[in-house]
Amino acid sequence: MASIRRTPALLTALKYAALAGYVGFALFPLYWLVKIALTPERVIFSEGTQLWPSAVTLENFRTVLFHSDFLAFFSNSLMVSLGTAAATTLIAAASGYAFSRFRFSGKRLIIAVMLVTQMFPLLMIIAPIYKIVAAIGLLNSLTSLIVVYTAFNIPFATFLMQSFFDAIPKDLEEAAMMDGCTRFQALRKVIVPLTLPGLGATLGFVFTAAWSELLFALMLINSNDRMTFPVGLLTFVSKFSVDWGQMMAAGVLALVPSCLFFIFIQRYLVQGLTTGAVKG
Amino acid sequence: MARMELNGIAKAYGTVEVMRDIDLVIEDGEFVVLVGPSGCGKSTLLRMIAGLEPITAGDFTIDGERMNEVPPRERDIAMVFQSYALYPHMDVARNMGFSMEIARAPAAERQGRVAAAARTLGLDTLLARLPRALSGGQRQRVAMGRAIVRDPRAFLFDEPLSNLDAALRVEMRLEIARLHRKLGATMVYVTHDQVEAMTLADRIVVLEAGRIRQIGAPLDLYERPANRFVAQFIGSPTMNILPVTAEAGAVRLADGSRIEMPQARPGASHLGIRPEHLEVTDPGEGQIVGTADVVEHLGSDTNIAVSVAGIGALMVRRQGTATLRPGDRIGLGIAPGKAHLFDAEGRALRPAPAD
Repeated sequence: MASIRRTPALLTALKYAALAGYVGFALFPLYWLVKIALTPERVIFSEGTQLWPSAVTLENFRTVLFHSDFLAFFSNSLMVSLGTAAATTLIAAASGYAFSRFRFSGKRLIIAVMLVTQMFPLLMIIAPIYKIVAAIGLLNSLTSLIVVYTAFNIPFATFLMQSFFDAIPKDLEEAAMMDGCTRFQALRKVIVPLTLPGLGATLGFVFTAAWSELLFALMLINSNDRMTFPVGLLTFVSKFSVDWGQMMAAGVLALVPSCLFFIFIQRYLVQGLTTGAVKG
Repeated sequence: MARMELNGIAKAYGTVEVMRDIDLVIEDGEFVVLVGPSGCGKSTLLRMIAGLEPITAGDFTIDGERMNEVPPRERDIAMVFQSYALYPHMDVARNMGFSMEIARAPAAERQGRVAAAARTLGLDTLLARLPRALSGGQRQRVAMGRAIVRDPRAFLFDEPLSNLDAALRVEMRLEIARLHRKLGATMVYVTHDQVEAMTLADRIVVLEAGRIRQIGAPLDLYERPANRFVAQFIGSPTMNILPVTAEAGAVRLADGSRIEMPQARPGASHLGIRPEHLEVTDPGEGQIVGTADVVEHLGSDTNIAVSVAGIGALMVRRQGTATLRPGDRIGLGIAPGKAHLFDAEGRALRPAPAD
């Protein structure tokens, strides 16, 4: 304690300066996004590099919302991302629980294989994936995206969930089973409520990953009404010009669900729900 | 109410056998304490009784009914965990009533039983709290309350007091003794603390390396340990063990002194004498002469570490205070009839029954 109190003020100031520098660095692109989105089209090229334009307008947002396919992209993305997040989290929770609690033969092998799947560059497998999806007739459907994203996110999400389950003492489950629960009841009544932060984190992670995925969406979808948002953004790039203002406005709008989502799950992320479970 | 019978119970993890030939009958309403050093298998044995650990071989029955494959929830046994294992997201009342909630008992009955248990344990005012807002002692009480509310046919305790501070541990020990007297239920209690074992148990089961070394009432184990392990495990400070050579009707210590012992016979290799059975005398009297090394004043007792030429260190315990100082020469007398003899395998040699 004494050593903390004696920390020189200069050091504290430096720490805050470093943090402020990092936050500024991380937030600057966001700021630029918002700024360009608010800049009227006529001044975008004359004042593009100024920190704040001489005039601001919501015109770009209006155009994007009412005179483009943006809403369709948006709802497509929402569907794909929510579908992926839900499917992945459900499967990852089940497999993570199994890895955390059960001993079975082949466990190490399965874990190793799951790790290996994470090592291939996406570009290498995009052609085979395309072939497979085409063969089962799912090309140009949102379902194909959900399936592919789910498959790609499961390994990481499983390891994530496993670590959350590992953090919950086995005693709690055993106590529940002594109290008359079946293993499934113990899972539902005791373990799941305590894993909510982990489920929230996994949902958020997978949602964000699916929300911003471009490569597969670009390959597997080709009609305008099925495009997800990242692909849709590219439609603002035409042969002759890039509509920067509208593109940025669409980008800002695309951030909204992610932000809402994280605001919603934030309290589960921070809360240390397991405190008080065992001794301590 | 439950009478438990363990017949030839064994436990193996893969090919590693950690426990075998466990034969034990726990009578209805009996308080049995499983005690032993860490790793002796006492917790594993308790978990097998609970159903949390599969039994590799042997039969386990409760009231004559084979339980080996019966899942824990159907055994009607409550368990208090060392970590308490309270459900962190439920308040005290729900924690205590959880088993009845699972059994779909009527809410009124559940609340009544929870309230009654809370009163017994002095938790009335804490029912709405979450476990994280409780002190260690309160959590311990909630864990016991959770077991009581169920009114099970047997209680299991897995080192329930080891996370409490010394004063609280004594208090809760009395609480558990009272609880046993009040409920009259069968209780199996695991501890490595021999004071808990001695004070709580009707019978103590001493385990070592996955085997039962002796079963008996606390004073039985103290007065008639079956082997060196039990002799040294029960009692504090630990029993002194001295190598001896046997003669007819007597043994000879390494320093040459001769001690008359009726049970002495060829094969006796060690003499055991508890610190409280060594009497401090003037040098020259008694059978052994030594020098006081360390004198520990405990108030009610005094522990004296004595070094004896040719034998080594002996621990002596005297009631009350002593005026001894380190460096003093003292004599030690062995209280007649209080010494134990062990053979080379560590088995106790008993005096031949008087005709």
